[in-house]
Amino acid sequence: MKTYTYTEKKDTRSGFGAGLTELGRTNPNVVALCADLIGSLKMDQFIEENPERFFQIGIAEANMMGIAAGLTIGGKIPFTGTFANFSTGRVYDQIRQSIAYSGKNVKICASHAGLTLGEDGATHQILEDIGLMKMLPGMVVINPCDYNQTKAATIAIADYDGPVYLRFGRPSVPIFTPADQKFEIGKAIKFTEGSDVTIVATGHLVWEALEASKALHEAGISAEVINIHTIKPLDEKAILDSVAKTRCIVTAEEHNHLGGLGESVARVLAQHNPTPQEFIATNDTFGESGTPAQLMDKYGLNSEAIQNAVKKILKRK
Amino acid sequence: MPNIKELTDLTTQVRRDIIRMVHKVNSGHPGGSLGCAEFFVSLYQELMERKDGFDMDGIGEDLFFLSNGHISPVFYSVLARSGYFPVEELNTFRLIDSRLQGHPTTHEGLPGIRIASGSLGQGMSVALGAAQAKKLNNDDHLVYSLHGDGELQEGQNWEAIMYASAKKVDNLISTIDLNQQQIDGSTDDVLPMGSIRAKFEAFGWIVLDIEKGNDIESILKGMKEAKSLTGQGKPVCVLLHTVMGNGIDFMMHTHAWHGKAPNDEQLKEGLSQNPETLGDY
Repeated sequence: MKTYTYTEKKDTRSGFGAGLTELGRTNPNVVALCADLIGSLKMDQFIEENPERFFQIGIAEANMMGIAAGLTIGGKIPFTGTFANFSTGRVYDQIRQSIAYSGKNVKICASHAGLTLGEDGATHQILEDIGLMKMLPGMVVINPCDYNQTKAATIAIADYDGPVYLRFGRPSVPIFTPADQKFEIGKAIKFTEGSDVTIVATGHLVWEALEASKALHEAGISAEVINIHTIKPLDEKAILDSVAKTRCIVTAEEHNHLGGLGESVARVLAQHNPTPQEFIATNDTFGESGTPAQLMDKYGLNSEAIQNAVKKILKRK
Repeated sequence: MPNIKELTDLTTQVRRDIIRMVHKVNSGHPGGSLGCAEFFVSLYQELMERKDGFDMDGIGEDLFFLSNGHISPVFYSVLARSGYFPVEELNTFRLIDSRLQGHPTTHEGLPGIRIASGSLGQGMSVALGAAQAKKLNNDDHLVYSLHGDGELQEGQNWEAIMYASAKKVDNLISTIDLNQQQIDGSTDDVLPMGSIRAKFEAFGWIVLDIEKGNDIESILKGMKEAKSLTGQGKPVCVLLHTVMGNGIDFMMHTHAWHGKAPNDEQLKEGLSQNPETLGDY
């Protein structure tokens, strides 16, 4: 079995910052906006190098989304930055009307998604953002898994003409994808070949899925792990090809089980190849205060939970 | 020198368009549309520097953003009569498969529209973005926006108003349609806003009034003055005092026609008060 290892941990938001910095040097149309969270979004380097292309909006996210939409009318490619909660739910109508419905080329970049704001508690966490954004017609939804992939995704979305929601986290997580990877929107990445069960995961849960597959391998279970970095458009073929072989699937995400990756996968399976599925996701709940690691354990978003879900789904095949 | 008679004739024709469009589908917003007819005609016929044709980026020309999208009938009529799309298309207003949606949108690809509006309070933010893009592009053309007075009750406006002066967005002229009416009654009855002038001034804007907001010469004079005040480090606000329902006596000075269509008799009466000038579509 192919195994994945890492030598370094780094936060995905720093991948965003690095990608944005590179865009600042290579794409003169890229501009950045921030609602008083420059440090949290790791935008410092871009701002230092391109002060005229940065807009400090202040604590006014609705205005930020409108200004971003307006900047596209002049050929700019705006990247907005704030926490995921304030990037989506707080400004849903602004995104809906001025960006999505108007078809504007805005990149909504959202940090501290899921439970990763930890100790700040539920007001600063969000477990509904994937659902909110994927329901908007025309919106691309991306949730990369590590520093390198977040950097690659940040760079790639500048070349895509249309609204994109790019979601990443706060804590340091293992880097296990190559630095020189090519990021293709909507193209899932298979990490391990397997025959007994398909595990599709997104964001920080991809590493947990790989850890789970290693443990399962030792227990004699062959798991195929697929990284769904793009939730919309969903790589339906990658999922259907895999379950045709394994005939059962576990989905894993740091999000409510309602409206997230799991539901998107379930729709595809229901339409094309009804398949037993288990959901690793939160169970329609708000988060709470705690360290991110404690919260991931409490809400069952880790390798152990994935292993248990696999053992359960194998009995339902 | 603008030919005032031509502009007046066009305005009369636009009024006919508005009530015919709304009457045909028995829905839409004639009151605010009629109140802004002179403003739109002045803007598109005299004030804005426009390129031939239409492109979404609008680089190298003045731009206009309608924030209170429900007055789409006047916007559509003036766009069509300014050459953005065939006048006959006004026949399709609010009908299935039309580019003339109830509220304006880019979604259907109607030339002249660069942003969707309808959900209120978002237009000034968009105008600010477009104005800042112009500065980045070294494009010294202006950005105009129009907002309802009732619309100022939406908080996002005040985020934008604060930002505009703080960031010295001085290539923007935001006009407030001060008709003092909204759906449920007068703005003073629904949610009194006090002095809008004082509020904008407190936020660091240059403010000027056009007292006769339904008089073309006054509008041209006031807007040219507004234009002369751009480029001085401050955004410019024009308080355009209009009469909702202007030009049709029974629709004037009331909120009753904010979102109500005339019946057959009322249409006939409204048209008789605004005789055909340039030809109906």
